[in-house]
Amino acid sequence: MELKSNIPDGPLEKKWDKYRFDMKLVNPANKRKYSVIVVGSGLAGGAGAASLAELGYNVSCFCYQDSPRRAHSIAAQGGINASKNYQNDGDSIQRLFYDTIKGGDFRAREANVYRLAQVSSNIIDQCVAQGVPFGREYGGTLGNRSFGGAQVSRTFYSRGQTGQQLLLGAYQALERQISLGNVKMHSRHEMLEVVLVDGRARGIVTRDMITGAIESHVADAVILATGGYANVFYLSTNAAGCNTTAIWRAYKKGAAFANPCYTQIHPTCIPVTGDHQSKLTLMSESLRNDGRIWVPLKKGDKRAPGDVPEAERDYYLERKYPSYGNLAPRDIASRAAKQVCDEGRGVGETGLGVYLDLADSIKRLGEGTIRERYGNLCDMYERITDENPYKVPMRIFPAAHYVMGGLWVDYNLMSTIPGLHVAGEANFSDHGANRLGASALMQGLADGYFVLPYTIGNYLASTKQAKVDTSHAAFKDAEAAVATRVKKLIAVKGHRTVDSFHRELGKIMWEYCGMGRTREGLKTALQKIPVLREEFWKNLTVVGGNDEINQTLEKAGRIADFLELGELICLDALEREESCGGHFREEYQTPEGEALRNDEKFCHVAAWEYAGEGKTPIRNVEPLVFENVHLTQRSYK
Amino acid sequence: MAAPATLLNSSVGKKIVMAVTGVVLSLFVLGHMAGNLQAFLPNGPAALDHYGAFLRELLHGTGIWFVRAGLLLAVGLHIWAYLGLTLKSWAARPTGYRVNDFEEATFASRSMRWTGPLLGIFIVYHIFHMTTGTLHPHFVEGRVYQNLVTGLAPVPVALFYILAMGCLAFHLWHGAWSMLQTLGLSHPKYLVARKAFAIVFTVLVTGGFVLVPLAVLAGMLK
Amino acid sequence: MRLTLTVWRQKDAKSEGKFVTYDAPDISPDMSFLEMLDVVNQRLIEKAEDPIAFDHDCREGICGMCGIVVNGNPHGPRRGTTSCQLHMRSFKDGDAITLEPWRATPFPVLKDLIVDRSSFDRIIMAGGFITVPTGNAPDGNAILVPKDCAERSMDAAACIGCGACAAACPNGSAMLFVAAKISHLALLPQGQPERYDRVLSMVAQMDEEGFGTCTNHGECSRACPKEIRQEFIAQLNRDFLWGSVFSRPKVAGGSGAG
Repeated sequence: MELKSNIPDGPLEKKWDKYRFDMKLVNPANKRKYSVIVVGSGLAGGAGAASLAELGYNVSCFCYQDSPRRAHSIAAQGGINASKNYQNDGDSIQRLFYDTIKGGDFRAREANVYRLAQVSSNIIDQCVAQGVPFGREYGGTLGNRSFGGAQVSRTFYSRGQTGQQLLLGAYQALERQISLGNVKMHSRHEMLEVVLVDGRARGIVTRDMITGAIESHVADAVILATGGYANVFYLSTNAAGCNTTAIWRAYKKGAAFANPCYTQIHPTCIPVTGDHQSKLTLMSESLRNDGRIWVPLKKGDKRAPGDVPEAERDYYLERKYPSYGNLAPRDIASRAAKQVCDEGRGVGETGLGVYLDLADSIKRLGEGTIRERYGNLCDMYERITDENPYKVPMRIFPAAHYVMGGLWVDYNLMSTIPGLHVAGEANFSDHGANRLGASALMQGLADGYFVLPYTIGNYLASTKQAKVDTSHAAFKDAEAAVATRVKKLIAVKGHRTVDSFHRELGKIMWEYCGMGRTREGLKTALQKIPVLREEFWKNLTVVGGNDEINQTLEKAGRIADFLELGELICLDALEREESCGGHFREEYQTPEGEALRNDEKFCHVAAWEYAGEGKTPIRNVEPLVFENVHLTQRSYK
Repeated sequence: MAAPATLLNSSVGKKIVMAVTGVVLSLFVLGHMAGNLQAFLPNGPAALDHYGAFLRELLHGTGIWFVRAGLLLAVGLHIWAYLGLTLKSWAARPTGYRVNDFEEATFASRSMRWTGPLLGIFIVYHIFHMTTGTLHPHFVEGRVYQNLVTGLAPVPVALFYILAMGCLAFHLWHGAWSMLQTLGLSHPKYLVARKAFAIVFTVLVTGGFVLVPLAVLAGMLK
Repeated sequence: MRLTLTVWRQKDAKSEGKFVTYDAPDISPDMSFLEMLDVVNQRLIEKAEDPIAFDHDCREGICGMCGIVVNGNPHGPRRGTTSCQLHMRSFKDGDAITLEPWRATPFPVLKDLIVDRSSFDRIIMAGGFITVPTGNAPDGNAILVPKDCAERSMDAAACIGCGACAAACPNGSAMLFVAAKISHLALLPQGQPERYDRVLSMVAQMDEEGFGTCTNHGECSRACPKEIRQEFIAQLNRDFLWGSVFSRPKVAGGSGAG
């Protein structure tokens, strides 16, 4: 497989301008003759669908929820980065670019990240104009807060609901296009297959989640903006419905899957309480601005936090990383928490937790200020744990949160299947091996508002395609494949519930492919997953049929794909014999326990190519060339 | 997509009609109540009769008809809005809940739909009773004070009047602050004032009204 | 703890539904309400019975997908809390709990506790936006927004579109939802150009969907998981009054150049 990144030549800061001048354009009057399918309605999908429709394309948009406004982008709390330099603290496109590249442990493409930093400012402008109620200063200007991995204040926010507000902005733009007839919205539809005609993506097959109808949809280009696959860990901060099915179907049709092992474990989540738990709730990283993270110095110290004197506390992030302190990047903060818990210094019933203490900030700024900044987060914490975070330090623990890996895309955000574009968390492009806080919202909206509207036009204008409709054999075959698969799930008629398989897969993934990975562990996982998968297809029970709302059936299809993806993640983790960002191989660490990259052998993207049922996938390599930054060992000390 | 709403063809518009006519009717009951209280003046009988004559002769006898036409229009619109809004709300929930648990809704707010028609029935009776005298066994044209005393003397009639004023109290209490809300007169600073206004207004009007039948029953007015 | 659940079961939109009672033993107070339902469903599936269908997604109180009427309270007894964030410690051992779907004509039941809320999307389609195609925006700080306006706008914008307001309203009115969106945009300078057209269009659509009418009971704000205030309904009324009385006929836009 050839991996052509299609990065325009010329100096880094001129590449995007050059692309936009060189690209082919579609005449305004001809745009309505082209149709585009967008799967997913989150920040990338919603923004992309709205923007393409505004240009005049015929757009169909799909989501599995009952409304496009519910996509999981809505749950992002903390903020969105942009290199506005409104704070006069030395920010610039160059600095945002560098911070993001470095934060990703030098495993992302320079050109893509630079473009992201370039359009970041436009995103803020667009969102403000849409009526996103960003936090403001008394003079009426936009406010900023600091976030992990940066020493400038460049994060824009709407209280602790930034994702919600940005998504509502995109959703409103999308609804406007729906009302104008430019977008046809299909909610409660799940994409179950991508359809290729003459090697190009020409449509998808969906299941209507109310009637069970299996339908084909045809278009001139397909965009997958279907989010991440962190639910492979069972317990994650993702929504219950988040899944890998769309990108996994595409992978099996020939789209390369890049860096699946780059998964992000978020340091500040509410710890697990028991086996019944269905999800982990994130507490925004912004809390680390005013919260100090600590554990007792002594092992097995069971005293109440208030009874541990200052001298017997270990503010381990401040100790290890004096210049970034509690604002060290996520991967580093998560691993540090794991370390102290492994040492037996964890807190709470399970010993799997560390304190995030607001006491000092409350003393310094007053409870009112803290309540104003984090009120909704503290309320949420109290609802879940029944503890008052203004009085008792919060207990937090890392949880699977985001995946940097995803379908491989070139500079156009096009996968290895011509015409199949991938945006947002579903692609691999911008975050390297670790994503910095407040960068996911930036990337999703950048892809949707400011990249796809150009690259899709370029693709359509430079491609001649035959007219096809859903009676084409490729669509009929895909529909039949989907129907067979659904029937197969129902026909197993075994004794184990889908959830029990999911929980078991999650345990394997978390234990062997979580925060710390070893060769032996990964090999164990690679033995266990196929066994579990085999049992799944023999012993699964799905109640009810296809022709109705059947939530068990929906879930079974998703878990079937997770059971395949899990194996690929472990395989990728095993092959990448270095530690970088969210991928930490215990064999490869510095004497201080930091991630040790191997730039000589692994300064590349691993793009996995499906080789057929039962065959080991092929590992293709796209070398990463750094012409503008110097590769260093990340230091946040 | 629906065409943009207008004042008369939309639910919010009908509510505004409801509120504006409510203001008119509230002012009317306030005036009516104040008029009634003249019965308690030292020269009550004369004062009330004189007041009745004044009303009848206003603008050479046309004034009262202008007022009546205005009131009729207000009542008509109030009922028109009521019917439109109520039918729409009933249609919005054909299947109810098995369990209901109201925490914010009050008896007053939930009984608006019933106190309204009850007041309507009372008003019709009241007109036949005190204005035309059709239902008043001892009615004498122009002798307002005497009609009032003899009309309210039978205990069931007095009790009916008092009961009707009870309905009016609930209707005004929710109606007064609700109409401020519907007309958009809401500000966090004055939320308490708004509730207080509704209570004071209700107590003033219904209290003033109820004094009359009570006084007749107690033999203070005769 | 052990609970008795009485749940509305309905096969699909066309079928008649009925209440079915389930015994739910071994429930931990640390479970969320939906996790309790997960446990009940796992047991049903193991007995090859159809599990209780309910909408849910983020399970952290922000997506607005979940919504169950619990003992007559949309989202349950705890104020400012979605069904997914409600925890079983709000109940006690031996409690009988009745679970019903949102009830309103514009929210037809699709199955069990799942309803169709696309009427809300259509209300937004009617005008719940600011017309600003991508690329048209001036610099973010070119539009100054007083902090107080931004904060109040955010109070309204916090709406998650779950529909609890309409479910709780004894009249089946969606005024709080519509008012939240109207106020979110009306309180910002960016929302001014379309302010009055927006309110007229959205109210018309709300009526067309078949929602009931507001009689200021206040049950909506009580049920709202984001505790959106009734003050915003007054804002809607105010804007509607102004818009309906003073709006001018639409001027046909002429494109001058040629």
